[in-house]
Order: sequence, then structure tokens, then C-alpha cells
Amino acid sequence: MIKVENVSKWFGDFQVLDDCSTKVDKGEVIVICGPSGSGKSTLIKCVNGLEPFRDGTITVDGISVGDKSTDLPKLRSRIGMVFQNFELFPHMTALQNICLSQMKVLGRDRDEAEARGMKLLERVDLVEHAHKHPVQLSGGQQQRVAIARALAIDPIAMLFDEPTSALDPEMINEVLEVMVELAQEGMTMIVVTHEMGFARKVAHRVAFMDEGRIVEEAPADAFFTTPRQERTQLFLSKILQH
Amino acid sequence: MFRDFDFQVIFGNLDILWDGMLITLLLTAVAIVGGILFGTVLALMRLSKYMVLSLVAGRYVDAFRSTPLILVIFWFYFAVPIVIGRPIGGLYSVLIAFTLFEAAYYCEIIRAGIQSVTRAQFSAGLALGLTNRQTMGYVILPQAFRNMVPVLLTQAIVLFQDTSLVYVVGLKDFLTAADLIAVRDNRVVELYFTAAVVYFVLCLTASLWVRKLQRKYAI
Repeated sequence: MIKVENVSKWFGDFQVLDDCSTKVDKGEVIVICGPSGSGKSTLIKCVNGLEPFRDGTITVDGISVGDKSTDLPKLRSRIGMVFQNFELFPHMTALQNICLSQMKVLGRDRDEAEARGMKLLERVDLVEHAHKHPVQLSGGQQQRVAIARALAIDPIAMLFDEPTSALDPEMINEVLEVMVELAQEGMTMIVVTHEMGFARKVAHRVAFMDEGRIVEEAPADAFFTTPRQERTQLFLSKILQH
Repeated sequence: MFRDFDFQVIFGNLDILWDGMLITLLLTAVAIVGGILFGTVLALMRLSKYMVLSLVAGRYVDAFRSTPLILVIFWFYFAVPIVIGRPIGGLYSVLIAFTLFEAAYYCEIIRAGIQSVTRAQFSAGLALGLTNRQTMGYVILPQAFRNMVPVLLTQAIVLFQDTSLVYVVGLKDFLTAADLIAVRDNRVVELYFTAAVVYFVLCLTASLWVRKLQRKYAI
């Protein structure tokens, strides 16, 4: 469903992505990990066209992202994205956050959007917070609203950009639980994260990135038990030793 | 000091003063609304990725901010009739002058306001499938205006005081009205004292209100 082929990207002289290729089938969950600055976030932002890239192609459901004639807003309305810092709109309530794109992008009327919004809030267990503004919610609650917001447009795939790295430790689980459920329901997902427990539990494949390259990509079991590359082994030994 | 004051001259001419105040308030209101609308357009032009637009808006702002308001008022009073071929009267020329002049200042305030909203909020809007324009309208501008309310109001207070400059084209605003009565009845001290008190009370009240708002919106 999502195909990334030989993608390279530069910020000025600095090459952030170096010949990256991977693909995600329908219903598949892939986890991308790697040290900071390795290009993981940049790569998934290329998938929905938030970051332009110079070389290579990315297609989503057969549509080329880098093609100038592609209707990017339309393409993005089919892909949900969750950000590291939530990025809820602070001037709107939780429910309004979830309704905005339904009304302005999908053209649903207010009643329909709110009904769907409340259902999604129920799903992330936040019904009683529907009319609160983001500042009144904890980080974990904000991120769950952000997931509900991304789901509101009925996406065919979800992108997660380090969804738990800005959270206090005790809030990480409530967010991961929602993500695990989504994965188990068969949502196609690309998840940039360091939560290796999550990766082991639901990822079909894990990719390791370093210095803009996908160094290793393997089925989750193999990735953790028998990593082939030395760089991957070093990374895993560092983050799994505790 | 107040022993020789004759306040009867104030009470006896309240209607003239009130008419003057209406002109002052009308000018202030039109310049605020027009200035903010046009200023928003200018700010969006300044932030545009198209060089020509941002250059034009930038030069416009530079030009008006480097010219004394009193000259702009004069210039429009004499130039507009020449350009369009017929007189339009003091009030209209002044309304145009104030709106265009204030737009330059509002542009800079609004531009700073837009830039105070993070780039990531823009990405979040786009990621939901909103277009650039929708993201600006529903996500960025509402937050930007919230951030700038105190500065916009402060600028409005300055504008309210600046409207007194229209005396140069003979428009009867509040200060001009006070001046006319003062000269006519030879009561300069009473009238100027009253005018000062009125400006002071109105501006102080507005300033205190702005300070309250600032505390409310502070994060």
C-alpha cells in the first residue's frame, strides 16, 4: 500500500535521507527506530508530503506523493498522522479538534461530525473531556485526542512520529494501548518509536535507521533475536540493556 | 488654580464636544477595522513564498513607517482629489489616510502574531488534509489573533490619540471642537484642560482593560 523507493533528501549540503527503500502492505505495522538525527521522522513526513524530497518515489495506494500534479490535501486526508508534541489546536476543545477536518475536508455536517467525534473519544476513553481545551488535559490525554483526531477522517493508513517520547513515563502506556488496539484491528501503520516492547508485540517488521540510511529491516522476531548488522546490534544492546 | 475656572462653557457646549467625539470615535473605529483587514492581507503577502508579493508589502510598510502621520494626512487631503479628479472632502480623505497608515503598523503586529504560532501547528493542519488556505484560516490566524490582542489594542489606543492630528485639514474631531470653542469664547484653559482629562480617562481605562486581558491570555 505504501511504497518508498530510493528516496534521498538534502537539507542544504547535509544529506538527511540516503537511498531509503521500504514498503508497507495493507494491514501491516512497521516500526522504524534509530538514534536521533537518523532521518526517521523526516522519512515518515515524506510519506504524506509534509517534507519534500529530491530523488526517488513514494506511492500511497498507487498515487505518487512527489508528483507535482498530485492533490496533496486529498492524499493527506486519507492518511492519519500523530505528532511527537501532539499538536492539538489549542483554541479548540478536544471535540472541535476532532470535528474540524471531518467538516472542512470530508464535508460532514456538524451533527454527523460530532457523533463520530464522540464515538472516537469513547474509544480512547475520554468522553468526559470532550469539551475541555488541550491545556486542561494531561500529555497522555492530549495524545489520545490527537489519535482520535487522526482517525476521524477514516484513514487507510496511520503515521506515528515518536508518539510517546514527549510523555511522562506513567502516561506512555495509555497511549501505547490505543495503538496496540489499532494494530490488532488491522490498521496499516508506520510507527517511529523507541518503544521496543510495542515493536515486539505488534510490529510485523522493524527497520533500523542511521545517518539517513535504512541499515537493516527484518521481521520483528528476527530483528530482535538475530540482528545481522553490527550497527543494529550496538543500538539494540544500548537500548535493551536495562 | 480652579478659582477662575468657568465650567459653564463646557456644559453649555456639550453638544459640539459630543459631535467632535463622534468623529474621533468614527475615525478610530474605521481605521482599526480597515487597518486590521488590510494589515492582515499585507502580513500574508509579507510571509508569502512569492518574492514579488513580500517585496511589495515590505516596501509599503517601510514607506508608511518612515513618514510622519501628519504628512500622510496632508498628502491624501491634497493628492486624492487630483488623482480621482474631484474633491472627496476632509472626512473621506482622512479615513483613507488613517486606514492605509495604520495597516502598515498592523501588518507588522499581525506578521509577528502569525510567526508566534509554531510551524508544527501548520503541519498538523496540512496532515489532516486541510489546504494551505484552510490551515491559515482555521488553525493559524485564530491563534495568532489571540496572541496579538494586547498589542493590537495598545496600537488602537495610540491611534485614538493620533486622530487629533486631523485638525490640520479642518476636520472637527474632539480636540478641534474643543479648540474652536476655546478660541470663540476665549476659554482656552478650561477647554484644553477638559480635553486632556477626557483623553486621559478614556486611554487609561482602555490601558487598564488591556493589562487585564494580557494577564488573562498570558500562558
